[in-house]
Amino acid sequence: MIRSRSWLPIPLLSVLLLIVWLLLQQSVAFGQWLLGGFLAIVIPIVIHPFWEPQPYLKRPFLLLRYYLRVLVDIVIANLQVSRIIVDPRRRPNPAFVVYPLELKEYFTITILASTITLTPGTVSAHLRLDGKSLLIHTLDVDDPDALIKEIHERYERPLKEIFEC
Amino acid sequence: MIGFYTVMEAVIAFFLVAGGTFALIGSLGLARLQDFYMRLHGPSKTTTLGVGCSLIGSMIYFSLTNHTLSLQELLITIFLFVTAPVSAHMLAKCALHQKLPHHDRTQGHPEEFDEELEDPDTGTPSSTPAP
Amino acid sequence: MLDTALWISLILFVAAILLNVYRLAVGPSLPDRILALDTMYVNSIGLIVLFCIWLNSKTYFEAALLIAMLGFISTVAVSKYLLRGDIIE
Repeated sequence: MIRSRSWLPIPLLSVLLLIVWLLLQQSVAFGQWLLGGFLAIVIPIVIHPFWEPQPYLKRPFLLLRYYLRVLVDIVIANLQVSRIIVDPRRRPNPAFVVYPLELKEYFTITILASTITLTPGTVSAHLRLDGKSLLIHTLDVDDPDALIKEIHERYERPLKEIFEC
Repeated sequence: MIGFYTVMEAVIAFFLVAGGTFALIGSLGLARLQDFYMRLHGPSKTTTLGVGCSLIGSMIYFSLTNHTLSLQELLITIFLFVTAPVSAHMLAKCALHQKLPHHDRTQGHPEEFDEELEDPDTGTPSSTPAP
Repeated sequence: MLDTALWISLILFVAAILLNVYRLAVGPSLPDRILALDTMYVNSIGLIVLFCIWLNSKTYFEAALLIAMLGFISTVAVSKYLLRGDIIE
């Protein structure tokens, strides 16, 4: 991992900016590297004062596996939702479910909430004032407790392993 | 070589039609389902994947016709997939704040509907990046 | 084959946008209308991409990117306004 220095306060953001710049320009000419590198150094310095410190990435490879799992789940979720929408005889059983959070960092909670929204049958609706529970709306569920358990096993524990333990 | 291009054409056609179908299903859900919270599911999941499918199809198409890897579409796809949950979350918060009615079959009754929320936003880490 | 697929896809996207317009006009509440607008943004990105394939040029991808960004930001801003009565406090 690259350590942060005074002229490079947020290394990962700099790398991301450079990659995005090169993708936007669709060229790897020397001038684009120069301009992209300049932006990648100047922008983090400017926004550093109001940048919230992000949790340290403990295990990048587990994150990759997590991404793959979420990608597969997105496709499954879409097939499920499509079936519910298209089938006119099917009456869905929507529910509000309160999900107790174990994660503490805001950044990881954000990732979890986004994952929940994109994956089977659920939209994360509201984070309670205390930041300890997540209100989820589900489109079609029979057993809310099983849903809570599944989310915990499938998404929250890997995130906890990746970022916090 | 002709076989390869025919296969790739079929793949592109599949992605385009799948994308259109998913987008239509998402909008159908938006038009057809009964209450706001259920309507939220269609656009936030299905439409996003539909447009993502079209973008991937066009990525393959331009990569083949220009003989260079075309990655700009990937940028748009990633951007869409990152922002869709955030806007869905904001809209859901909005609806909860306005106490929109939910369908009778909905199980569970969150306390947000009963109590008068004094300040629904302070101290809550919403999905938007911190200011 | 690609032409047929393009036509089918275009028709599907246009039908999707028509459904969004229906929800935009009927929508009983304000969040419904914002949601319809947001979906319309996303669908129009799909239309622009199909148009790019139709013309075989990548000129309009910048427009698609801009629509994606402006659509997201405007949705969040309007939701924020409904939540707080203020966009920037």
